[in-house]
Amino acid sequence: MHEVGIAASILESVEGEARRRPGERFEAVGVRIGELSNVDKDALEFAFEALTRNTPLAGLRLEVEWRPRRQRCLDCGKEFAVRELNLQCPVCGTDKTSCIGGTELDIAYLEVEEPCVKC
Amino acid sequence: MREVLEKKVLSENDRLAAELRQRYREEGILCVNIISSPGSGKTALLERTLASFHQGDSLAVLTGDLQTDNDARRLARYGFPVRQIVTGGTCHLDARMVTRHLDEMGFRGPGILFVENVGNLVCPSSYDLGEAAKIVLLSVTEGEDKPLKYPGIFHRASLMLLTKTDLLPHVEFNPQLALENARKIHPEIEFIAVSSRTREGFPEWLNWLNGLQKKVQAEAAATVS
Repeated sequence: MHEVGIAASILESVEGEARRRPGERFEAVGVRIGELSNVDKDALEFAFEALTRNTPLAGLRLEVEWRPRRQRCLDCGKEFAVRELNLQCPVCGTDKTSCIGGTELDIAYLEVEEPCVKC
Repeated sequence: MREVLEKKVLSENDRLAAELRQRYREEGILCVNIISSPGSGKTALLERTLASFHQGDSLAVLTGDLQTDNDARRLARYGFPVRQIVTGGTCHLDARMVTRHLDEMGFRGPGILFVENVGNLVCPSSYDLGEAAKIVLLSVTEGEDKPLKYPGIFHRASLMLLTKTDLLPHVEFNPQLALENARKIHPEIEFIAVSSRTREGFPEWLNWLNGLQKKVQAEAAATVS
């Protein structure tokens, strides 16, 4: 239920960008969410829509890239996505792997409307 | 036209948490962020923990709840500075709340700052409070599979405290299975089983705190020199 706060933080960043770039129109904001981030995609989308409705950012799309947990093998260096909680290296079978991804909660990009070539 | 932004969603919280972390390092404060479901025994653990220290030891507690100052009143009986953070509905503590209440409380290091987060296994895990360690509590009246259901917090916690172990004879709970599940998510997580009623496991828990405090103070000394 903290997705409302997460959505509000995303929108604060977008508003900050909007102030820095007067006259530009944003079509979408892209975020990366890792499976260990404890953010529910549906709840975030719902909160985002609710918080932008009837505001200057109404209609802004939220594009969510979902990231699985990733580990790196400390023995052979193999990097792999974790499936069904199995942290073992798929190449050499060791348990000695460390987490390198899946905790993301990042704002990756803004889609800015292309300026019209005629004007 | 795609414009790359690349920033943390919670960058403002992260900035304030970094300030807190710097302050803790300079003052030699060990801050631990205690997180669990509602009713897993965070406040009871803190009561028994505070009772294990001497008057005059440098300790403070910030305790978060949606409503009431019941926990602060329970904890204030032990003679150490305690402040209630009433979030008024917010399901977690953030770095801004901690900064404000720490300033108002006027606690200075060196010492230990216990932060009792709002009872919730989900949201508090996203908000860095500048702590040296997150501690997750799981009580024996819950399910052994909680680490699998709430991997985010078990992944981030340095220590898992299994609480209410005095109830083990009365419940069907397999501590070994709970630990195995936690280590599926976080192989290096440390583990101590405690009972705040009988004090079982308290020597180990206090020893763990003491070890971390020494480490933090050695870092503080290194920062000064």
